[in-house]
Amino acid sequence: MTDKFISIEGITRRFPAPSGGTTTVFEDLWLSMSRGEFVCIIGHSGCGKTTVLNILAGLDAPSEGTVIVDNQSIEGPSLDRAVIFQSHALLPWRSVMGNVAYAVSSRWRRYTQRQIHAQAQKFIDLVGLTGAEHKRPAELSGGMKQRVGIARALSIEPKIMLMDEPFSALDALTRGTLQDEVRRICLETGQTVFMITHDVDEAIYLADRVVLMTNGPDAVLAEMVVNPLPKERKRSDFHKHPLYYGVRNHIIDFLVSRSKSFAGEMKSSGYDRRQVPVVRPGAIEPAMVSSNGEPPQSRLAAAR
Amino acid sequence: MKHYLALRAAVLSLFLFAVFVSAWHLATSGSGTIAQMDPEYAKLIGATASQGKSAMPGPLDVGAKIWEHLRNPFYDRGSNDKGVGIQLAYSIARVLIGYGIAVLVAIPIGFLIGMSPLMSKALDPFIQVMKPISPLAWMPLALYTIKDSSLSSIFVIFICSLWPMLINTAFGVAAVRKEWLNVARTLEVGTIRRAFTIILPAAAPTILTGMRISIGIAWLVIVAAEMLVGGTGIGYFVWNEWNNLSITNVITAILVIGVVGMVLDQMLARLTRLVTFPE
Repeated sequence: MTDKFISIEGITRRFPAPSGGTTTVFEDLWLSMSRGEFVCIIGHSGCGKTTVLNILAGLDAPSEGTVIVDNQSIEGPSLDRAVIFQSHALLPWRSVMGNVAYAVSSRWRRYTQRQIHAQAQKFIDLVGLTGAEHKRPAELSGGMKQRVGIARALSIEPKIMLMDEPFSALDALTRGTLQDEVRRICLETGQTVFMITHDVDEAIYLADRVVLMTNGPDAVLAEMVVNPLPKERKRSDFHKHPLYYGVRNHIIDFLVSRSKSFAGEMKSSGYDRRQVPVVRPGAIEPAMVSSNGEPPQSRLAAAR
Repeated sequence: MKHYLALRAAVLSLFLFAVFVSAWHLATSGSGTIAQMDPEYAKLIGATASQGKSAMPGPLDVGAKIWEHLRNPFYDRGSNDKGVGIQLAYSIARVLIGYGIAVLVAIPIGFLIGMSPLMSKALDPFIQVMKPISPLAWMPLALYTIKDSSLSSIFVIFICSLWPMLINTAFGVAAVRKEWLNVARTLEVGTIRRAFTIILPAAAPTILTGMRISIGIAWLVIVAAEMLVGGTGIGYFVWNEWNNLSITNVITAILVIGVVGMVLDQMLARLTRLVTFPE
């Protein structure tokens, strides 16, 4: 990758362990992203995904290493990097408009009331909340709250969007709609996005690349899965793409078994932290083809 | 349905009130034997002993007294005979001044303690020792240093309303949700703006709860303080009427203290509701 818009360079995060000493969440982690790229990171709970995101956001600092964004090493939080929180983190005493306007007025200190209002309204309309401007967060459904969170993040026109499992608290239908909208908005605005998720389908639908992270402590970025699906994909048929199951099975295999055993794999394969292996699951999964007439389940049974 | 419940509750309240007043009336109506004696002597020993009349005033006596006070609350016939309205005004003014100063001191210091773990740890031993001291224990020291009885009672109000507000403010500020602070951080909001736009609204319900506890305590303490220092105020009025053995006035004052305390509390309750946000 020539254009390194975001470059995570050898970051390490250690926490003091309750029993004394330190716990290393991850060590010497390298990752780069280009402008306009949508990267999802998948891994089990507690592997340190959120810590990586917090370091990118500037809310947490690495114990070692540095993060470079747009040729500048980051020092704390910045308006260039907007965060969409898992718990939406709306200010409950402000209305929808108030929440978005708060971000706008933080970004442009000299804006007049009218300019702030106009900018906020634009993004409230974009996420489809027109008419709900004066509602308080408590009056909104979970999906609507998360829309406000997205509008707030977008309204400051950031260079990067950081999303920490933004849809995990939503029901499946709402999640689908919001994924569509986030995808549309990010494509339209050319946003660079770093997103944490647990949902394999979500990652395949949204991401250009999926980063697989092993279990913590001492987690590593095991593989970089390049999404073989075309950039123009539709929710209605992306799961019918011939390569879909190949990617999906690769990721699920990783989550189910390899995320635990990867440390052993690393030693034998000459794993280099700086050059995380790039995987392009291209071949059509043999098990899915079932040429010999066997049902695909038999492969699972054999694995047990 | 809700209205119906409110109506039933009101009817029950009135019924209980009627039962209480009737019981009071019966208990104080007097049942002693009327002794035959020289009228001059009867006058000397009083109605209780001579006619079997109860020494405790009945509800009718108290009602008449309240009516008398209500008709003319602001008369001033010298230092020992002022209208109940004037006495109340003195007490309320003292409470508001002492309480107001306490608000000005407790909220900024509470913010400081809540925002700085260092200050929190450093000031904790002082607060822990000062908090359980009865405010009246400060009275002699206040009288000795301030040399003014009215200012001393204001100081006592100040010191007693300080702690609940201080502790609640510190707690409210320290307990502001981390995610809201993170929102402010990612938006590069400065310390002052963060204090006013995130921490203050988030901690406001807790702070106002502390203020409500404080006004309640201040109103409890002012009566005792004025009994001690004398001169003016509803507390002094109660003590003065006790010295006059005017139990009707004492009962009237007790009722008035209760009503004013309720009004003060309800004002703060309404303010608390204004700043409370649903989550």
